[in-house]
Amino acid sequence: MKTMTDAKITYVLRQGDTPLILAQRLCGWCGHAPELEIDLALANIGLDLLGQARNFLGYAAQLAGPGYSEDRLAFGRDEREFRNLLLAEQPNGGFNDTLVRQFLLDAYHVLLHRELSHSKDSQLAAIAAKSLKEADYHLRFSRGWMIRLGDGNEISHQKIQRSLNDLWRFTAELFHADAIELELAELGIAVDPRQLQAPWQELVNSTLQQATLALPNEHAFRHGGKQGQHSEHLGLMLAEMQFLQRAYPNCNW
Amino acid sequence: MHITRLQPAEIPQIWHCLQQISDPELPVLSITDLGMVRNVERDGEGWRITFTPTYSGCPATEFLLHAIEQTLTAAGFSPVQVDICLSPAWTTDWMNADARLRLREYGVAPPQGQSCEKPLVHGPVQCPRCGSASTEKISEFGSTACKALYRCCACREPFDYFKCI
Repeated sequence: MKTMTDAKITYVLRQGDTPLILAQRLCGWCGHAPELEIDLALANIGLDLLGQARNFLGYAAQLAGPGYSEDRLAFGRDEREFRNLLLAEQPNGGFNDTLVRQFLLDAYHVLLHRELSHSKDSQLAAIAAKSLKEADYHLRFSRGWMIRLGDGNEISHQKIQRSLNDLWRFTAELFHADAIELELAELGIAVDPRQLQAPWQELVNSTLQQATLALPNEHAFRHGGKQGQHSEHLGLMLAEMQFLQRAYPNCNW
Repeated sequence: MHITRLQPAEIPQIWHCLQQISDPELPVLSITDLGMVRNVERDGEGWRITFTPTYSGCPATEFLLHAIEQTLTAAGFSPVQVDICLSPAWTTDWMNADARLRLREYGVAPPQGQSCEKPLVHGPVQCPRCGSASTEKISEFGSTACKALYRCCACREPFDYFKCI
C-alpha cells in the first residue's frame, strides 16, 4: 500500500468515524428525550450522521482494498484504531450536554463540508456536498435550541453554560492539523482544519451572544482522538456498539 | 457530419417499469417522481441504472436498490447493474410538478421553492388540507428524514412538510 493511499485512508476514516460515533451517541436518546419532538430530532440527526459515516467508511474500505467493508471498519476495529474527534465520544449527559456537543460539532461540520465539497478527490467532494445539506438543518436545530435555552430561564441558562464550560476543552482538536492533513491539504484533497477555526469561532460567538452565554475560559485543551488516543468513554461505548459483530462475526439479517 | 445515435427502444420501457416502484415511506411517489433515477443505459448485454439516494441515512435506499433489480429482471431486462451516484447531491428540485400535486393530495405539503434559495424567500408552507398559508413549524424533524412537522393555524390540523433540500 502506498503512503499516499495510507494517508488518504486515515483521513477518510477520520471523516467517517466522527459521525459514526456521534450517531451511536444520539441513538442513546431514542425513547428518552425530554419531548417527543426532540426525541424524533435526535434520532433523525443520528440517522443522517450514520448515513454520512457509511459513505465515508464505504469509501475508506474501497481504498483499503478487498477484505475491507464499511461493516468491518465500523464493528471490527478496536478503540485505538478509531480516528474520531474526542468531542463526539463524550457521554450524552443531560440534554444540555448533548445539545452543546451537537451544536459545536454541527457548526464545525457545516464549515468542513462546505470546504471539503471542493476537494480534488471527487468522491470526498461528493460525500461532503451531500453531507452539507444535512449539516445545515442539523445546525439550524442545535443553534435554535442553544439560543432558546441559553436565553431561557435561570436554570436552563446555567445548565447550558455549564455544559459549554465542560466541553470546551475538546474544541481545539477540531482545528488541530497534523502531518497527514497538511500533506493532503497541500494536494487539494483535504481541508486544512486551521482555516476553519476563524469562521467557526465567529459562528459560535454570534450564537453565544444571542444566547446570552459566555465564552469559556479554558486553557487545558485535549487532543489525540484523530490519532487514536481516546478518552475513557469510547471503549465502553464500542463494547455495546460492536457486541453483535464481535459475538457473531459476519452475522447478517 | 453528425450521426444521430438512437437510444435503444427498451429505454422508455425501462423508465416505465421504474415508474412503478414507489417509495416505501410515501407510496404516492415513485422513484422516478422523486428524481432518484438519473440515467438508464445499455451496458453490453444488460442495463445500467444510475441511482441517487435521497438522504444519507435513508433506510429505504437498500430496499429500493433491491426493488429495481427485481422489477427489471421480472420484466425481462437483465442483467441489471445499479450504480450509486452521489454527485450532484439529490435535491427536492428534481421532484416533478405532478408528483408535488399528488403529495399534497396525500396530505403532505410539497417542498416549497428551490433548494439554492435562502429558506426565507421560500414563502409560507401551505396547509395541504385547507390551503391556508397561515401555518407554523412544530419541529424541524418528523416521522422520516425528509419531513418536518407543521401545524395549520386556520384548520388547526398538524401535517407533514416535505423539506426543501
